[in-house]
Amino acid sequence: MDVSFEGDYIAAMSIWSYANPKKFIATTTPIMPWLWALAIGLTVAGLVWGFFFTPDARGFGANVKIIFVHVPSALMAINAWLMMLVASLIWLIRRHHVSALAAKAAAPVGLVMTLIALVTGAIWGQVTWTTWWVWDARLTAFFVLFLFYLGYIALWSALEDPDTAADLTSILVMVGSVFAVLSRYAVVFWGDQGLHQPASFSMDRETNISSVYWWPSVLAMAGFVLLFIVLVILRTRTEIRLRRAAALERRAYAEAAQRGQVVDA
Amino acid sequence: MPDLGDFAAAVLSSYGVTIVLLAALIALSARSARQARARLNRAEQQDKDRAGRG
Repeated sequence: MDVSFEGDYIAAMSIWSYANPKKFIATTTPIMPWLWALAIGLTVAGLVWGFFFTPDARGFGANVKIIFVHVPSALMAINAWLMMLVASLIWLIRRHHVSALAAKAAAPVGLVMTLIALVTGAIWGQVTWTTWWVWDARLTAFFVLFLFYLGYIALWSALEDPDTAADLTSILVMVGSVFAVLSRYAVVFWGDQGLHQPASFSMDRETNISSVYWWPSVLAMAGFVLLFIVLVILRTRTEIRLRRAAALERRAYAEAAQRGQVVDA
Repeated sequence: MPDLGDFAAAVLSSYGVTIVLLAALIALSARSARQARARLNRAEQQDKDRAGRG
């Protein structure tokens, strides 16, 4: 075996070894307190800075402060679905249970982020453009994404066999990804029809928003990203433990049934 | 408290909704994590007891 190939092979093996549930829990246990502290610290810092220490904007007034909750939640609503897509593809291709459980764990977090973005966006729209909602491409795609989150969670609950549930929900994620991408790029595809403008955040100084708003926005976005990560890890650990507990309970039930100790209700 | 003028209701309700929903999500996730840990501990203990008897 070629040396560099061996090195790559070992590196690849080490990535997939985290798909072992026991190793996943052992690895994430020591970093959880730090992740929580960083996630909550950055979120609070971004929101406090944005709420208390940013000036009113021309054309928006104090309404501009909604940007610090609306943009990070919309960002995570879309990216949570894309993370679920990657995890679902890993499940379909490599059959790693932890990745299927991570996708399942991410759905409620993504749903809440989508709900926050929908509500704060509607409030923003009502105050700024005197309308709660318009059926433009981006908003419609975003609303359909919200329905996909609900459908995904419902499908997991409806199916008893976890592997079948993981298979079918993975296919649902692939279909829903169309709407996640449309939510992000509708303005690019169809121009700035509706309430949204092209991206306000970019690396280009000419098109970027003022740094007075940019820095607290970046802090809030980093906080929301970390909050998503820490919640997904926490919920994945929960799913792993529930699955292990269910397996042990099934084994105990089967042994009791063999001994004739089970009384049917 | 900054002067939010005519936008006070909109801004405060946006932050309120965000904080309430995030806090509820964190609290529910932490509660189900605690419950799952307790259920697994119980199941593992019963498994050990059975193995000890058997």
